Amino acid sequence: MDFPTFLIQTMNGLQQGLLLFLVASGLTLIFGIMHIINLAHGVLYMIGAYLAFWLTSLLGNFFLALVAAVPLAVLLGIVMEKLLIQRLYDRGHLDQVLLTFGLILVFDALQSMLWGNNSHSVAVPALLSGSITLTDNLNYPIYRLFLSGVCVLIAIGMYLIIQKTRLGMIIRGGASNREMVQGLGINISWTYTAVFAVGAALAAFAGAIAAPVSSVYPGMGHEILIICFVVVVIGGVGSIKGAFLAALLVGLTSTWGAVLVPHFAGAVVYALMAAVLLWKPRGLFAGAQ
Amino acid sequence: MQSLPRSIQILLIVLTLLLVFYPMFGEALVGDKYDYYLQKLTTIMILAIMAVSLDLLVGVAGMVSVAHAAFFGVAGYTLALLAPEYAAPSVWIALPLSLGVAALTALIMGALIIRTSGIFFIMVTIAFSQMLFYLLHDAPFAGGSDGIFLMFKPEVAIAGVQLLDLSNRATLFYVVLTSLILVYLLLRTLLRSPFGRVLFGIKENEVRVQALGYNPLAYKLVAFVIAGTVSGYAGFLSATQYGFVNPADVSWMLSAHALFMVILGGMGTLFGAILGAFAFEGLHYWYSSMTTHWELLMGITVILMVLLLPKGIAGLLLQLDERWQRRRRGDEPEPAPIVKTKAEEHS
Repeated sequence: MDFPTFLIQTMNGLQQGLLLFLVASGLTLIFGIMHIINLAHGVLYMIGAYLAFWLTSLLGNFFLALVAAVPLAVLLGIVMEKLLIQRLYDRGHLDQVLLTFGLILVFDALQSMLWGNNSHSVAVPALLSGSITLTDNLNYPIYRLFLSGVCVLIAIGMYLIIQKTRLGMIIRGGASNREMVQGLGINISWTYTAVFAVGAALAAFAGAIAAPVSSVYPGMGHEILIICFVVVVIGGVGSIKGAFLAALLVGLTSTWGAVLVPHFAGAVVYALMAAVLLWKPRGLFAGAQ
Repeated sequence: MQSLPRSIQILLIVLTLLLVFYPMFGEALVGDKYDYYLQKLTTIMILAIMAVSLDLLVGVAGMVSVAHAAFFGVAGYTLALLAPEYAAPSVWIALPLSLGVAALTALIMGALIIRTSGIFFIMVTIAFSQMLFYLLHDAPFAGGSDGIFLMFKPEVAIAGVQLLDLSNRATLFYVVLTSLILVYLLLRTLLRSPFGRVLFGIKENEVRVQALGYNPLAYKLVAFVIAGTVSGYAGFLSATQYGFVNPADVSWMLSAHALFMVILGGMGTLFGAILGAFAFEGLHYWYSSMTTHWELLMGITVILMVLLLPKGIAGLLLQLDERWQRRRRGDEPEPAPIVKTKAEEHS
């Protein structure tokens, strides 16, 4: 393998990892702060992709579609949390698994009723449709660079909000002691709703922004959900930093795996997870719980 | 595990007898649809075997496994891979090997995940069953997403004399029904043994069980392997019935369906999981006959079930029985139920 191919695979891996981080960070926040396992997180990614597809044809502009998809996802997140997820805080994990599994079935059916069972593609916006020339016969698409850049900006933004703001402080406090935060006069109920809605929006945004490179198809939410579980298990439940590093690791492992061991491409990241579990059963960056 | 109230025992026996008589009198009752229902009932009983073994983990030991289809699938794949192309595989070789592979898979997976608990355990079981899905999907010998066809049913013969003809649908029906009853009785006996009591104890309070000198991890691992092997047996029967296996047999969606059967029926009771399998497949059949988007109705059912009937059908039946007993004895009207807080439940 020559150097440009190596470089392209590595950049693809990083880009995939950054995208995974957007989805997995919401999942790990919801685990870490609300102690909720949300199997429906993957279908939110799928909904984001379908919204991008639908809104692009409706509004005629991909960027407008991207901007419009976010408030819709936030709204969906608020409705889900207020209507259903909220009832799960005092229930066991089993009820959480089942109820959110029920949501998967509902959303999958709605997707098929609204948009059918075909796969669709979303055109890369003209502004970003070019490529950067690496060598005479190897190019790297600008859109993928744009995607990675947006993901990095969101990651930095999340870090600043959680570590430096008052909201971040409440979120961190709520994660370690819910009753105490409530006792201090803070309405934790709305904080939880906000966290869930932000997680939903992140997942949907990831699906929307990835639509031009990944295409839009039924069942796309299931794949990403389970890869995100791998990310969260490797990174440690509730750790944003862990999710970030694990997502990059998983992204690189899966693109390299597809090149080096094509027959086991799908299984490589799970082997990585098994290795991490043997070494550190609570993940690489498990917090004190 | 307490013995069941008389009324529920009678209900279970009546339901079993209905199944026993179906191949004899079914044709007179349902006419043309006889053969379809015969196969459908066989499938449901196979799923019930998987569900009842999952109850050992979820309902008894408190391990929420979303990997139960993995063992179902690998056993079916073992049968399909072992079978010669133009002859029937012998059940005496194929069955032990299929069960052995299922048990070994459960042992390896269990050894890796048994130390995790809670949310972690759930995610890891989903992830590992997805790993098996990809391995079987991508492996050059396993037929990709089409899977493998099994041209001949396993042969049950001694010294060349055929004992059972599994390609006869009524025979297979009775083999599966007998298997279901035996699996149920076996697991019930297991739960009444000291082993079962320790498992129940682990669900209630793992630390206390440990303080009493038991090693919870060893008990959980043994339970995981037993349940996985039984699920493998169901997978063997399923491959025998349908004559093919494909990666959907190991998918986590099938595991999630099994989990819902257990909860719908009422976990921790064993018989509930069996009722749950019938109820789930019944609903599936009914919803599919109404709309192609049966998932929408099933999803709503799952959600309502979790919110309104957390103890499942078995819980409802036990409650009805208790009320009936009390009325028969002429006791005082039922006192208002004492609502336990979360803290008390865990103390």
